Amino acid sequence: MLLREVEYARPATVEEAVSLLAGYDGARALAGGQTLLNVMKARAAAPDVLVDLADLDDLRTIGFTADGLLEVGAMVTYTQLVGSSEVEVARPILAEVAETIADVQVRNRGTVGGNVCVADPTNHLPPLLVALDARFTIRGQESERTVSADEFFLGVYLTAVGEGELLTKVAVPPSSGAGDGFSGLTVGKHGTYVANAAATVSDAGVRVVLGCVDAVPVRATALEERLAAGDLSEDAVRAAAEGLGETLDPPSDAHGSGEFRRHLAEVSAVRAVLQAASRRKG
Amino acid sequence: MAAPATSRVIAVELNGEQVELEVPARRLLVHFLRDDLGLTGTHIGCDTGNCGACTVHLNGEPVKSCMLLAVQADGARVTTVEGLAPDGELTPLQTSFNEHHALQCGYCTPGMLMSASALLERNPRPSEEDVRLALQGNICRCTGYVNIVEAVLATGGSR
Repeated sequence: MLLREVEYARPATVEEAVSLLAGYDGARALAGGQTLLNVMKARAAAPDVLVDLADLDDLRTIGFTADGLLEVGAMVTYTQLVGSSEVEVARPILAEVAETIADVQVRNRGTVGGNVCVADPTNHLPPLLVALDARFTIRGQESERTVSADEFFLGVYLTAVGEGELLTKVAVPPSSGAGDGFSGLTVGKHGTYVANAAATVSDAGVRVVLGCVDAVPVRATALEERLAAGDLSEDAVRAAAEGLGETLDPPSDAHGSGEFRRHLAEVSAVRAVLQAASRRKG
Repeated sequence: MAAPATSRVIAVELNGEQVELEVPARRLLVHFLRDDLGLTGTHIGCDTGNCGACTVHLNGEPVKSCMLLAVQADGARVTTVEGLAPDGELTPLQTSFNEHHALQCGYCTPGMLMSASALLERNPRPSEEDVRLALQGNICRCTGYVNIVEAVLATGGSR
């Protein structure tokens, strides 16, 4: 398919990338391209300049910050997450979920940064990263800032990464005994999510985050509070989640009605919490 | 710092040979392979990244060449289905496809071969589950999956 004409640059450093993004109207970062190229084919996006991040090796590393957070570069692919010993040790749910994204070819190219910056409400990583209380490092021309997951996702296809800025790293706390869960319904195995939920159970309590039901991931705070008493038996979790769907106003589309999504959100939340509880250590 | 441009001279190690050519930035890798270089073994099935008929190896890993710009492959090693058997003698995987009748119309075959050969490279004796997961991104619209899976398993010596 013939794309609209576009200019291309491949910066060698993060500084260069940011100055290109800031210096050219209609410039857009190109990570793995597994979403962007398709929306360009559909003419749903028409960037004038593509700033290819391929050579930014700093963004391809997985490691730990000085304060012990697991830090994943924005250009780390899903395949890299799946094979990472750091992820396996510190927060294995990231690899477990990444392994269910699309197919081998897409996982070889698709990136963590792309997944979250596209901010499609059906994407896998946004609800998970909100549940894990992730921190996002955003680089601008003048400075660098860190925002929490609650502040990162602003709307459909909209994040805290502004014009002329670049997401460089995503950091999550290591599990430290917390249990994580992820559950939902997809269109076909490893397909698009119709609804999903991510949960984490730790000493600090329970976090439950719903995907696909609103423009951004939704914290199920009322459910979290009801679970704070500590009884995470199946009966207790089911009872606590009852009525959760009624608090939501999810969209209807070809894959499911809003009513069906309300039901799925409730079921997914229960399953994610039970999975997280069963994995909690200590 | 190189300014953005609507074209770029790219250098690719293609099927073991060094290729250097100027390409428009908007050209997809699959069109570079088929139209600029005449390597029509790589098929275009859906053009939307779903079918996997355009699968090639980029630095040894299977990727969909309709979801990659040719300029993104600058500096990379690319292998197409033509590169599997450069001297014309079929690989054990290709022979197995023949023996197991692992193709009906044949349109998906190049993509299937590229995904399966990448699997066998990293996992020489895959289980049936491994094979099915590795071929998840490749659609056979004749729905001839059973023989395709059999052919890959046989190559790995599991059947």
